[in-house]
Amino acid sequence: MFKILKKEVLAPKTILMETYAPLIAKKAEPGQFIVIRVNEKGERIPLTIADFNREQGTITMVFQEIGKTTNLLGTKNVGDAISDILGPLGNPTETDRYGTVVTIGGGVGIAPVYPLSRKLKSLGNKVISIIGYRSKDFVFWEERMRSSSDELLIATNDGSYGAKGFVTDVLKNLIDKGTHIDRIYAIGPAIMMKAVADLTREYKIKTIVSLNSLMVCGMGMCGACRITVGGETKFTCADGPDFDAHLVNFDELMKRLNTYKKEEKISFEKWKEEVGYGA
Amino acid sequence: MGLKKKSVPMREQPPEVRKHNFLEVPLGYNKEEAILEAQRCLQCPTHPCIDGCPVHINIPRFIKAIKEDDLQKAIDIIHESNLLPAITGRVCPQEDQCQAVCVMGNVGDPVSIGRLERYVADWELEKRKKGEVSLPPKMPPKNKKVAIIGSGPAGLSCAADLAKMGYDVTIFEGFHKTGGVLTYGIPEFRLPKWIVEEEKKFFEQLGVKFQTDVLIGRTLTIKDLFNEKFEAVFIGVGAGLPRFMHIPGENLDNIYSANEFLTRVNLMKAYKFPEYDTPIKVGKRVAVIGGGNVAMDAARTALRLGAEHVYLIYRRSRKEMPAREEEIEHAEQEGIEFMLLTNPIRYIGDENGFVKQAECIKMKLGEEDASGRRRPIPIEGSEFKLDIDQVIVAIGTTPNPIVPKTTEGLKTGRHGTIWVDENLQTSVKGVFAGGDIVTGAATVITAMGAGRKAAASIDKYLKGEL
Repeated sequence: MFKILKKEVLAPKTILMETYAPLIAKKAEPGQFIVIRVNEKGERIPLTIADFNREQGTITMVFQEIGKTTNLLGTKNVGDAISDILGPLGNPTETDRYGTVVTIGGGVGIAPVYPLSRKLKSLGNKVISIIGYRSKDFVFWEERMRSSSDELLIATNDGSYGAKGFVTDVLKNLIDKGTHIDRIYAIGPAIMMKAVADLTREYKIKTIVSLNSLMVCGMGMCGACRITVGGETKFTCADGPDFDAHLVNFDELMKRLNTYKKEEKISFEKWKEEVGYGA
Repeated sequence: MGLKKKSVPMREQPPEVRKHNFLEVPLGYNKEEAILEAQRCLQCPTHPCIDGCPVHINIPRFIKAIKEDDLQKAIDIIHESNLLPAITGRVCPQEDQCQAVCVMGNVGDPVSIGRLERYVADWELEKRKKGEVSLPPKMPPKNKKVAIIGSGPAGLSCAADLAKMGYDVTIFEGFHKTGGVLTYGIPEFRLPKWIVEEEKKFFEQLGVKFQTDVLIGRTLTIKDLFNEKFEAVFIGVGAGLPRFMHIPGENLDNIYSANEFLTRVNLMKAYKFPEYDTPIKVGKRVAVIGGGNVAMDAARTALRLGAEHVYLIYRRSRKEMPAREEEIEHAEQEGIEFMLLTNPIRYIGDENGFVKQAECIKMKLGEEDASGRRRPIPIEGSEFKLDIDQVIVAIGTTPNPIVPKTTEGLKTGRHGTIWVDENLQTSVKGVFAGGDIVTGAATVITAMGAGRKAAASIDKYLKGEL
């Protein structure tokens, strides 16, 4: 059992949880993830490690309440425990001193972009961060992101904060202004990562994405997370989660993410009825 | 009393009933049946069965105890060599091992050793349920820590022997539940999960510690284990990586590896969705690719989940199937439709990315290949399309690379298996390995045999005799 030490509602439906997991905290690196199971009847879901504190033995996750499991997790409070947390899984994000780096985060994808930007900055890169939210209400970690980047650009879909539009619009502006970019990292919804990949392919800018495939085991034994990259089948958990954005078959990824849409709905509806959600 | 040439049959759930439930198929012997079968054992002086058993159970002695209805004595004899008889009595390929060499086989059916083993083990499990546990004798504590990586058959049997010798043993498991393939792979109707749970409790009473949610290579490395004062390590992580055919369309939705399909059902209890949260797709027309035990397990599981047609597509003929005869027969009885000498060449999806057809090709058998089986050759122009809505790929597994990749100096073989010497010691001092990670995919009992052998080597190593 993994005890919850801190819980914070960052924005509507966006929850931060800090849990005591000293073994994971000791080993975690930016880019790695965990697989959690909330309770005995729960499913295993992957979540990115948003932050970690080796001294205190804690790890932080930031998640959006979407279906049953994330909503159930959202009902847990400080002092409660999560049945299982396995990690750190996947390969750490490759980082080096590249020059000018753009880090892009969308929605809860901003959480893992934070420790990554922090690391890239500490390695001597010029870090420009672009973060996108649905609207002003959903903004979180603006200050953290500002402190870990040399330049912070914000976009909201409806224009209620920062630039109006998508992170790709901001990125395109940046490129068109003549900003030299050595490397781009993008973490967020599949559709956002696909849009970034399509844009930067044109400009031939090396782009790394962190894939959010469906997963069961997280250790390479099931293949639920497999995805075509450069014409070859790769396992997100064992070979990734980071891949060259220009080689990822995003259409396949998005279709695979939809495999259980029907079942997810059944599960969520049943849970809502049981707990009187929204009543 | 004349010799009975025929063995006493085991009662089973009828196919028409069992294909709709997940309850165990064979029902086990009762006392009369067991004694009758035990009487068929000649107690021959050569006892080839003992050598036929990978863990060398003293088979004639335990059968004699059954005949005398002294089941405590029978279980004690089995426990000397095997602490998991309820499991091996169910899943061992006895027909290729102890029973293959049984002298009775010369005149009729060999003695049903596996069924007798199960009978004794189930008797003891019932006793344990009432709180009567008889632990095997243990040596005084040696105050030396040994780490076991993986809680499957190899790890469990290694841990049991070391615990009996007085070592302080901890098993590390990546999943949230222990048992490895016994838990995630073998279905409920072949090996009820409460048995695996009971065996875990038994091991805990023996002093073995379990640590779940720890993936060695990620959460901790082997180096970390030595830093934590473990003096020897056994790697029994199995051959867990699913193989795919790498044909077009294989990543379409509703195409699973057998590992994923079985893990969802067995470990995550997806067959009880939505009571349990893990979903599983239930196809109406399911294609299972492969001819081994795992393919049979997957096919029979799909049937129980409600599939109307389950096609088992295998590229050779029935004779070459690697599955146990009993499993093949059970699958046939339940109505699994065998499409032999057939191989898929690509999958076709609908507009949403779900598989809707498999294009297959007919095969013929050519010369014998390295495995001694006749090589399948595609027949040109024989392609045809089969309407299906789910595919389960069960064409084997390869060793899991996480431990080798994260352990400096650990030598591996050609197919990613871990290299070991005759004592099962790896190229890293104090690190031993056994089971599928060394041999490639094999059986539960060979892994258990390797676990026992490694335990003996670890004991020698820690005494400075190796």
